[in-house]
Amino acid sequence: MSKPKATVASAMPASLHASRPSRANRAFAGLSAGSATIILVVLAAVATFLLIEAWPALTGPESIDEHVSWIDAEKGQSLLQIIAYLIFGTLLVSAIALVIATPLAVGIALFISHYAPRRLAAGLGYLIDLLAAIPSVVYGLWGASVLVPALRPFFTWLTDNLGWIPLFAPDPVTGVASPTGRVALAAGIVLAIMIIPIISAVSREVFLQTPKLHEEAALALGATRWEMIRMAVFPFARSGVIGATMLGLGRALGETMAVYMILSGGLSFSWGVLQSGKHETIAAYIASQFPEANSWGVSALIAMGLALFIITLLVNMLARWIVSRRAEFSGAN
Amino acid sequence: MAIDSGTTLSQLSARRRLTNVVASVLVYAAFAVALIPLVWLAWTVVSRGIDRFMVDQTGATNFNLDFLQQSMRGVMGGAIAGGALHAVWGTLLITLTAALISVPIGLLTAVYLVEYGRGRLKRAVTFFVDVMTGIPSIVAGLFAYALAAVVLGPGTKTGFVGAIALSVLMIPVVVRASEEMLRLVPNELREASYALGVPKWLTVIKVVLRTAIAGLATAVTLAIARVIGETAPLLIAVGVADSMNFNIFDGRMMTLPVYIVAEWRKGEAVCNDAAIACLPQITEYRAWAAALTLILIVMALNLVARLISRLFAPKAGR
Repeated sequence: MSKPKATVASAMPASLHASRPSRANRAFAGLSAGSATIILVVLAAVATFLLIEAWPALTGPESIDEHVSWIDAEKGQSLLQIIAYLIFGTLLVSAIALVIATPLAVGIALFISHYAPRRLAAGLGYLIDLLAAIPSVVYGLWGASVLVPALRPFFTWLTDNLGWIPLFAPDPVTGVASPTGRVALAAGIVLAIMIIPIISAVSREVFLQTPKLHEEAALALGATRWEMIRMAVFPFARSGVIGATMLGLGRALGETMAVYMILSGGLSFSWGVLQSGKHETIAAYIASQFPEANSWGVSALIAMGLALFIITLLVNMLARWIVSRRAEFSGAN
Repeated sequence: MAIDSGTTLSQLSARRRLTNVVASVLVYAAFAVALIPLVWLAWTVVSRGIDRFMVDQTGATNFNLDFLQQSMRGVMGGAIAGGALHAVWGTLLITLTAALISVPIGLLTAVYLVEYGRGRLKRAVTFFVDVMTGIPSIVAGLFAYALAAVVLGPGTKTGFVGAIALSVLMIPVVVRASEEMLRLVPNELREASYALGVPKWLTVIKVVLRTAIAGLATAVTLAIARVIGETAPLLIAVGVADSMNFNIFDGRMMTLPVYIVAEWRKGEAVCNDAAIACLPQITEYRAWAAALTLILIVMALNLVARLISRLFAPKAGR
């Protein structure tokens, strides 16, 4: 559909409204364009103000270690090193979440787009969307006081039977899985539940856009439903699903409260996802240290926030680019 | 020969049929697995959150709303009292302020994208709105805090700063959703309006926006439901408080999500004096009751949004 051109108003007889409509026209157009520009300004302001407040910590004297209690200079820690630990923890927890969530979310999306009865599909999709409506703090509360205790036997079983895999290795000191269960795997599982709705919603849209003719052609050649999905749906939707996964990753990287309430934090480059006190994510670390931080600490924490902002920005831009590239070249539109 | 090929075909198809069945089972199972946390969580929140509403201050079992009629002012230790009234008010005021900031900006931006936008600016805005939806909520909180620190002085934590943080998260949601609604308005309506000599700005206001009003109301309600449960930005930009505070420009405020974290963080209360009524798990009960309240608010908003879109959907809007 082509947009109507705004020439009608100007073509009207001059006696009708004289110059007032065109001035109002311009004012309204300017107002809406101004609002659109505000979005760009806000995004720039986010970067600018974070940078202003993080500047003392980023460029400050070497002695920042002395001003900030959580940088343990005696152990040879520095702000950069702590940020490195945190980035590792963030990536590890998000990776766990993605590994669990992606297959489930793709399955759910397929269920709603190709398996569920047509009449039920919309309602069932809404049910999954409800998962996204639950506030993250409620996930945190539920995870910390209900899910983690329930998962503890499972964690113990994992270390007992699969402990030879470095990921599931027991704590080297105690020789067992964490007795509290507040470990990276638990946080990853809750994050997985939280990002399933976004991955499945985007994948569902992409699956539904598969050209009907491709699907029918595959079925006409005698393909089973699964073969049809593998031959017609997946090749068409591959980049869309990758983009959806990266959107989920963006969500997982920045998730704060659930991780903060579930994970028992600590700084290390440990791969043992069943050991507590080994990992911490950027967002959860900021949330836990911010209330008691002095001005140097606040500046350092904002520097971490800036790092998180840049990482999620890159991930999201890449994801959007992948999704939009698919939209441009797909035969569906 | 014919029988041979028949058997190969049926052997092959048995394997293919098995793959097909396994795939179907896995797909159905994925959906079922996703429902487990949903049901489990809903049941936990209701069964644990109901306690504060079913047990009154004397310990007797009868339905009461004390939890929603008291603040935490002067409530110490394991005292069987205290509620979330101040947090409910804080949440309402801050979210309302955030909506007042975000809705005009978001709506006008959507109008720009659908009715006016072209070229570079349109593409840039579309792209960055998408990017903005991905800003981590805690970064929005840090931004609002940094903004307030620069403009109003270091360490400023007020409800309004929290509202700014929420706006950063809410604007892109409003833009995305209302953009879709405006695109549903058929072009014939716009053209009919132009044909009557109505200028463009009046067409947008009186025809386009009015046709899409139900969809826009739905979009705004869903956006509010999205941000009302945000915790991290409010923890950073607003802080915590125990008393009522109706002034969003002065002093810290409590909000429901932050209230949940604050009560949860207190851990079990210590009961030393047998003469004073005391319950060690009171903090956890309060946290769950607040979680139930919050979930009910979010679900009510979602329901209202569905109802609006169902009841007032324009008949010609397809």
